[in-house]
Amino acid sequence: MRPLTATRAPVIHRPKAVAGPDADFAAAPRPEPKAEPKLRLRGARMFGRDRQSDPAPSRLSYRFQRWMLTPGIRRGLKIGLPVLAVVGLIGGYFASEERRDAVAAYIADIKTSIQERPEFMVNLMAIDGAGTALSEDIREVVPLDFPLSSWDLDAEQIRDTITGLDPVKSATVRIRPGGILQVDVVERQPIIVWRTRNGVELLDETGAHVDRVAARSHHANLPLIAGKGADMHVPEALQILTTARSLGERVRGLVRVGERRWDLVLDRNQRIMLPTERPARALERVLAVNEVQDLLERDVAVVDMRLGQRPTIRMNKTASEDWWNTKVDVSSGQ
Amino acid sequence: MMTDLYQSQRAMRQMRRQAMQRGVVAILDVGSSKIACLVLRFDGTGRLSDDNSIGSMAGQTGFRVIGAATTRSRGVQFGEVTAMQETERAIRTALQAAQKMADIRVDHVIASFSGANPRSYGLDAQVDLEGQLVTEAEVGRVLNACDVPDYGEGREVLHAQPVNFALDNRSGLIDPRGQLGQSLAVDMHMLTVDAVAIQNIVRCIKRCDLELAGIANSAYVSGISALVEDEQELGAACIDMGGGTTSISIFMKKHMIYADCVRMGGDHVTSDISMGLGVPAAVAERIKTFNGGVHATGADDRDLIDIGGDTGDWEHDRRTVSRAELIGIMRPRVEEILEEVRTRLDAAGFDHLPSQQIVLTGGGSQIMGLDGLASRILGQRVRLGRPLRVHGLPQSATGPGFSSAVGLSLFAAHPQDEWWDFEIPVDTYAARPFKRAVRWFRDNW
Repeated sequence: MRPLTATRAPVIHRPKAVAGPDADFAAAPRPEPKAEPKLRLRGARMFGRDRQSDPAPSRLSYRFQRWMLTPGIRRGLKIGLPVLAVVGLIGGYFASEERRDAVAAYIADIKTSIQERPEFMVNLMAIDGAGTALSEDIREVVPLDFPLSSWDLDAEQIRDTITGLDPVKSATVRIRPGGILQVDVVERQPIIVWRTRNGVELLDETGAHVDRVAARSHHANLPLIAGKGADMHVPEALQILTTARSLGERVRGLVRVGERRWDLVLDRNQRIMLPTERPARALERVLAVNEVQDLLERDVAVVDMRLGQRPTIRMNKTASEDWWNTKVDVSSGQ
Repeated sequence: MMTDLYQSQRAMRQMRRQAMQRGVVAILDVGSSKIACLVLRFDGTGRLSDDNSIGSMAGQTGFRVIGAATTRSRGVQFGEVTAMQETERAIRTALQAAQKMADIRVDHVIASFSGANPRSYGLDAQVDLEGQLVTEAEVGRVLNACDVPDYGEGREVLHAQPVNFALDNRSGLIDPRGQLGQSLAVDMHMLTVDAVAIQNIVRCIKRCDLELAGIANSAYVSGISALVEDEQELGAACIDMGGGTTSISIFMKKHMIYADCVRMGGDHVTSDISMGLGVPAAVAERIKTFNGGVHATGADDRDLIDIGGDTGDWEHDRRTVSRAELIGIMRPRVEEILEEVRTRLDAAGFDHLPSQQIVLTGGGSQIMGLDGLASRILGQRVRLGRPLRVHGLPQSATGPGFSSAVGLSLFAAHPQDEWWDFEIPVDTYAARPFKRAVRWFRDNW
């Protein structure tokens, strides 16, 4: 027999191996021809089918791969799916009430431990610019339980509460270094006394309520106003009273009539009825007449200035009678 | 029927434009022995290099191959689909692998196939211009004036390319648009193939969930890639020796003027070896690839090749054959193929061409010593051709077997103007859309 070895190595014309599924196909090990087993489970051939027989993808896998290569789907799988998974996990964890409470308690613990550090603690409240009574009132309306964390203090709300007190005009609340809650208060100064049916009140220059007093005589040095709605027009009343300064001790007070206009009441039950518009000006006119003719010294009950064009005087009864008599005498004498 | 074809080809052009906009298109070369699939990405128009020279890529820089795969073809014989399911599976295999490599989904496919009895017709027409100026409409009119021969029932026009325009007495115009003259004449090359073959291919591609964006004859596209520019200009024939068919295309002035196909190829050589030596086709294919040749020398008598076998019979499994015997089997078949090609070329009048360059390409052209044999049969000026270089093509896909796939990607990037790229004049077109709309209004209101 001839030797089997070739004298020359075969020339390989194919420069490169085939690529893709053909490579798998070519590289796949050739199955040993084996005897067919007598018994074979049904379907075993289908599952055991090696790739060598057909490298083609099934229609389903082809479609699936194309679907997976679609940009939208890929992005959805790359970003959407992890996001969904994370959201699902978190949602699943917090679905139970116990775990939710546990987490909330844990967070609250940490929060408290930070808030209760000595750097944040407030130990006392200092009130400046208020009298003793007012200070006590303030301490009463702001019931703080010192020491307290400054996180729990709502300075805004405390200030609103303090400002809500009648005698307080304005207040500033701040936390001073050293753990002091500093409250600076400006008190309202009572400037006028308002007598109503219910009692006697003190008002400040804007007409705001300052205090309630038992008797007018406690504040004899303050001017008096009366009448419903008088507190709404305190500035006007003050202006009229300033004008009436020259009447001195004679001024008893101002009465608001019909929530519309003022009456200046003097002693001897004299009244100057002032108009709704520009009452101070009308009063000045009366005072001018008084200066020249001593109008108010006479027996006049009412000086009615309500109509500016026609000032009117009402005399007392006896004075009228006197005048009538005089008139009669004069007429008879002629 | 004419309008029908016109519409479908225009639809494919539209699809191609869409694919360009999307920037990704697949190239599918359906051959008898392998199916090659390339995935192209288009990234803008090709630019010339800094010094305005064409550069090493021959100006073909508008696209890039981002995926390439081949698979053994099944269900294709003589370049025609014979078993639809099998072909579909093979296309799916190739396409899936290429898509996977490209990592992108491809929806549009441009396909080529070789068989289906291509037949070439030369058409010409002449019209008097309405104005002085040659407009697009005039070109459409002269193309439509071509006298279409009766190419038979069951055939379809695959290519219809204007190859030459003549304006008055000036011939050889490539693009007459915008020029002035009195009468315009055109020479058109029309290629018809069996309609059934096209329908089968279209159907296979549809079944793979893909849109067909163009279809071309593989003789034409391998000519585009295997012939260099001056060969295309001066005249040359490209012989694409495939598995089941050997296709011939003749180029002149950068246009294909003739295409034909010999229904014999490398598979026949393989089956000769298989029969002659009594071995399976796969073994015959391997022996042909590794040891084949067409030119026997004295040394080949002593060069013994193991044939092998797995019958278990020691005598049978240890058979050897000398290389001279193998060549003795292969050579007559290769000669027959080349003789047939010679006949077709003679019939086409190739010997009247000024330049008679012949380029052999395709997988079958890798047989050792083929160029020597071919130059004896076909003429002195024979060379072996490989496809043009394109961006991103893997090394394994640069062999002559891929010239039609590469040519198809060039075709996809720069398609030639065809008859259906020009508007048909109004009178032959059924009704313009606007007119139709007006009529609809008149009918309904």
